[in-house]
Amino acid sequence: MMMSISNGNLRVDLKLIADMVASGSRVLDVGCGDGSLLAWLGKNKGVDGRGIELSMAGVTAAVAHGLSVIQGDADTDLKDYPTGAFDYVILSQTLQATYAPKTVLNNMLRIGRKAIVSFPNFGHWRVRWDLLTKGRMPVTDTLAYDWYETPNIHFCTILDFQTLCADLGVRVDRAVALDRDGQVLDGLGSRLATNFFADQGLFLLSRGD
Amino acid sequence: MNATEPPGPPPLRNPLGYTVQLGLDRPIRLDCGIEMGPVTVAYQTYGTLNADRSNAILICHALTGDHYVADPHPITGKPGWWSELVGPGRVFDTDRYFLVCSNVLGGCMGTTGPKDVNPATGKPWALSFPGITIGDMVQVQARLLDYLGIDQVFCVVGGSMGGMLTLEWAATFPERVFAAIPIATAARHSAQNIAFNEVGRQAIAADPDWCGGDYMAQGKMPHRGLAVARMAAHITYLSEPALHRKFGRNLQGREGFSYGFDADFQVESYLRHQGSTFVERFDANSYFYITRAMDYFDLAAENGGVLANAFVGTKTRFCVISFTSDWLFPTSESRAVVHALNAVAANVSFVEIQSDKGHDAFLLDEPVLHATLTGFLDGAAEHRGLPRRVVQSEVTKP
Repeated sequence: MMMSISNGNLRVDLKLIADMVASGSRVLDVGCGDGSLLAWLGKNKGVDGRGIELSMAGVTAAVAHGLSVIQGDADTDLKDYPTGAFDYVILSQTLQATYAPKTVLNNMLRIGRKAIVSFPNFGHWRVRWDLLTKGRMPVTDTLAYDWYETPNIHFCTILDFQTLCADLGVRVDRAVALDRDGQVLDGLGSRLATNFFADQGLFLLSRGD
Repeated sequence: MNATEPPGPPPLRNPLGYTVQLGLDRPIRLDCGIEMGPVTVAYQTYGTLNADRSNAILICHALTGDHYVADPHPITGKPGWWSELVGPGRVFDTDRYFLVCSNVLGGCMGTTGPKDVNPATGKPWALSFPGITIGDMVQVQARLLDYLGIDQVFCVVGGSMGGMLTLEWAATFPERVFAAIPIATAARHSAQNIAFNEVGRQAIAADPDWCGGDYMAQGKMPHRGLAVARMAAHITYLSEPALHRKFGRNLQGREGFSYGFDADFQVESYLRHQGSTFVERFDANSYFYITRAMDYFDLAAENGGVLANAFVGTKTRFCVISFTSDWLFPTSESRAVVHALNAVAANVSFVEIQSDKGHDAFLLDEPVLHATLTGFLDGAAEHRGLPRRVVQSEVTKP
């Protein structure tokens, strides 16, 4: 039935995102995979959820579970949605794979009141260490592809992302540093330390106006 | 429209399905301006309408389809065109849903069309039948639902022209459509598709037995022309890989070329067979009128040139489906519908299904299509408060 994919435990990082979403809100999950997060939000928070997913397997799995998901991607399909159509627009682990991250981010905060974005941090010490000591493009747990086959074409560090948010006049409501398993890293202190030790960044954003 | 309204005289029960006369007191105003009535509508139902009349699914057939969705065809004896999908526990679960399918206006399987007698003249309508549109077909279907006492259907579903009818339903009567599943279709007929339709019509018109459309009165049948029209159209329903897989360049019952113009190749023999069986069950003038209705279809043009305007404020839940190898109604057409629905923040799902079977994939055994339909209907049924699917293991055997 509808909720079978939400019966299991939600992935740790998705659970953190789910916790940021208010009950009964309207959510668009961009790159929703098989719809696990949407299904969980529908069942546990009464969310009216929609999804966009690139892979045919993901879309058919989600729709076959009764979720409202379309085949598409962040670069081409966000522009059609009207302004303010959603309370939250979620982009999990996908920003770095978009052609135009800045446009995507702008669109997310146009059609959503808030945006939730997570991405791998290219400023992590292991990435820096690999590049420094080996002189090779880093391949880590969070960045698991060789350079010639990676879908990730727009890497950024957490500091880069924060700078972009400032440039766009986007307000950062929450910033969470995560380790490679998606667990919260507490007590990192300064921005520079976060940018050095966090495997991933998770941001709750809203329009600055 | 009102479910408490007396439903009128009972329908005629045929060996398969029903026939009813609609528009007796209130004629149907066609898009061309002509008022028509009464109109005979042939339809078939499966399953049982529930007490609050909320479980109806309107199935819309394609250009040359009919209302024999799950019955053996009365002329060809072949299984109904979606018989695999209809039945207890199947995609269109007759234990839970009440299925209605009617032959479209202009058709030739029982609903008023050009081969029927015009009561005003006592002669077959032929080309004096008024020009019709997809919108007119929907108006007639709406009258049928009025007659059946169904205010709102749980779902409208159809492929190809049936998908056009589905979109027209959602745009014209949004409050009467809880969910809509347009499959392998488009919000407007493309220039290429109009061109293919014109080839079909001209093939019929080139047959001397067509008699300028007057073949009924003259006791003739334009079988050759209609067969060629079907052959040309049939190619557009398949894909190159599907044709190649099925026939390749294989020869038909011979070792080498005949160096003549018999059906040397299997694919020729197959197409000739498709053409010759089609003429037994389809009327040439119906082919003219229905293809024309498809040509005229342009939902954006009907709404100030903006497709999204057709769906403003819609509460209908949509599931748009296309197939990768369908070049007659390619995925880009479905995507245009999805973009329009997104623009009005409609509730929409969209799946492009991987298949090499071409446009006909919606009629064939495609497990992903069936899983998608089942999942979407289950999700929509839950929102509509209809009972859940009974899983086989939960059924207690007596």
